[in-house]
Amino acid sequence: MTDVDLHVDLLGKRLASPVIAASGTFGFGPEYADIQDLRVLGGISGKGLTLNGQPGNPGERLYETPSGLMNSIGLQNPGVAHFIEHELPAMKTLGTTVWANLGGHTIEENVEGVRMLCEAGIDFLELNISCPNVKQGGLAFGIRAVDASEVVTAVRKVCTVPLVVKLSPQAENLTEMCKAVEAAGADGISLCNTFQACAIDLERRKPVFANTFAGLSGPAVRPIALRMVWQAVGAVNIPVIGLGGISTGKDALEFIMAGAAAVQVGTANFLDPCACTRIVNEMADWMQAHGVHSLDEIRGCARNN
Amino acid sequence: MSAINCKAKVIGQQAVAPDIRRLTVEWADPRPEFRPHAGQFYMLRCWAADEAPVLSRPISVHDFDAASHTLTFLYQVKGQGTEKLSALKAGDTLSLTGPCGNGFDVAAAAKSGTGRVAVVGGGIGTAPLLLLCKELAAAGAKPELYVGFRDEPYGLEEFLPYCAAVSVATDSGAVGYHGLVTGILHPENFDLILACGPNVMMKGVYKLCAEHNTPCIVSLERKMACGLGACLGCTCMTKVGPRTVCKDGPVFAAEEVFDLD
Ligand SMILES: Cc1cc2nc3c(=O)[nH]c(=O)nc-3n(C[C@H](O)[C@H](O)[C@H](O)COP(=O)(O)OP(=O)(O)OC[C@H]3O[C@@H](n4cnc5c(N)ncnc54)[C@H](O)[C@@H]3O)c2cc1C
Ligand SMILES: Cc1cc2nc3c(=O)[nH]c(=O)nc-3n(C[C@H](O)[C@H](O)[C@H](O)COP(=O)(O)O)c2cc1C
Ligand code: FES
Repeated sequence: MTDVDLHVDLLGKRLASPVIAASGTFGFGPEYADIQDLRVLGGISGKGLTLNGQPGNPGERLYETPSGLMNSIGLQNPGVAHFIEHELPAMKTLGTTVWANLGGHTIEENVEGVRMLCEAGIDFLELNISCPNVKQGGLAFGIRAVDASEVVTAVRKVCTVPLVVKLSPQAENLTEMCKAVEAAGADGISLCNTFQACAIDLERRKPVFANTFAGLSGPAVRPIALRMVWQAVGAVNIPVIGLGGISTGKDALEFIMAGAAAVQVGTANFLDPCACTRIVNEMADWMQAHGVHSLDEIRGCARNN
Repeated sequence: MSAINCKAKVIGQQAVAPDIRRLTVEWADPRPEFRPHAGQFYMLRCWAADEAPVLSRPISVHDFDAASHTLTFLYQVKGQGTEKLSALKAGDTLSLTGPCGNGFDVAAAAKSGTGRVAVVGGGIGTAPLLLLCKELAAAGAKPELYVGFRDEPYGLEEFLPYCAAVSVATDSGAVGYHGLVTGILHPENFDLILACGPNVMMKGVYKLCAEHNTPCIVSLERKMACGLGACLGCTCMTKVGPRTVCKDGPVFAAEEVFDLD
């Protein structure tokens, strides 16, 4: 019997396992507390926050595709102050690391949100730069490396916890983006956010979503997400957290072998509400069957030639 | 409100009408906080995580018997998901997540005014109303049932023991009143009206209720991914801000979710 140790040391914190629940798919955690033992998880990334909160998008918000899910939630959230007062206390009792996921429409909003969250006490700050930047005509911070660099530099100055920047697959040049974010002071990178996609309702002869485009996630995007994670790992010297379509232990191990420090699981939580703990168990089973004691033995192994 | 996920065993499944199935499963969890109530629902899945459709399907609790641990669903076969559910046979298992949602506040309903309650259903919207009528009857407020169907009604015999009266309207005139259920409903005779059915029906019922100042409660539907309040995919804009249909609902005061125009 191989003794399998799944823990991950990430940026000074000890994670029980490499599996972190992805933002926007896991509420703030308590929603899943009666469903599975959350202490097995490496962490929970809460629903994406904006400083002042927002009601989210009108119209359809969900649409199924072959092995995928399109969503247009529009970052519905109660705002940072509400989160700190009402959701964070419960999140801290779940026995796993707390990741606050934050986006903003201006640099100032991002900075103020990060300052408040760090003061309130969180384990990781995951900065979602896929939000439209109102000062750049709605172009997301995550498209051009210069815009990303600017917001990360500003946030870095006030961020007192490990700063993980979550990248968008829509980035103009992924390698350049990764390097820019690292140079601006990010402690880690997570990718991918959802892939911009479109669906049309034949009966209405109109796009399904009020915003025309929506974000695609789930198993359908996994091979592309894995390619991007591979590229990110090659581009930077900071930890890369991989996500996009991970639904099984084997999927997660592919990301680890590509060099990911840890992984996140999003859409799979909807396919199976116990997905996160199941994936941890499946990883352990595979490692045991293959005589692998710890993830360090296989992390990035696929890159060696 | 808390939900769990488990594998449940199918006790049996019957066709109630050509496209309507009654599915009975075992719900063995004895903990009172996970006991299903009227208006709550489950996320059902009897296909693998990597099989289509991607999402599990929300189906209301039609009936629950605590003594025999049997949980019953009544559903219409519409597309891929319900098609797969309809193939379930006794002895098969399926994944259940629930009980989800707030459900009807039966204790409050039974105490409204002098306890004259009407329950209004349209088509497959009658599914959650059986347990509702049962719980109302047990709380001492046997409701009057008003139901509308396109053509032949189904499942009504089940309701008879728990209702003071049953009135039927059909679009085709096959049974009962020829027309919409709103044509036979008189809100002035009731202290409270509880409705579930197509949106147009519920809006019609709400309008009628508003004319007579009778409070109206409705149960909404939305596409759902998690059923747990975690994804915000099922949000409906209400007069008191955005609310999740899966966790804050599906049961709402009609005036919070519908406009009168
Ligand atoms: C809280 C809740 C409780 C429900 N309870 C019941 C129930 O007790 N019995 C029952 O028969 N159905 C119920 N439904 C509706 C049921 O979930 C859908 O009919 C089902 O998801 C359709 O899945 P499908 O894969 O078979 O069809 P799909 O291929 O997904 O859809 C077939 C057709 O049905 C429409 N549709 C899909 N989902 C919904 C929905 N949520 N609401 C309205 N139209 C939809 C689609 O637009 C399409 O036209 C409930 C829905 C909710 C949200
Ligand atoms: C319904 C839904 C809501 C999401 N909300 C957020 C969010 O608020 N912030 C964020 O950074 N990512 C959000 N995401 C993206 C996921 O965290 C994840 O990056 C993406 O879905 C890819 O991973 P997956 O295929 O495992 O889901 C959301 C995804 C979904 C499906
Ligand atoms: S379905 Fe996920 S919040 Fe309602």
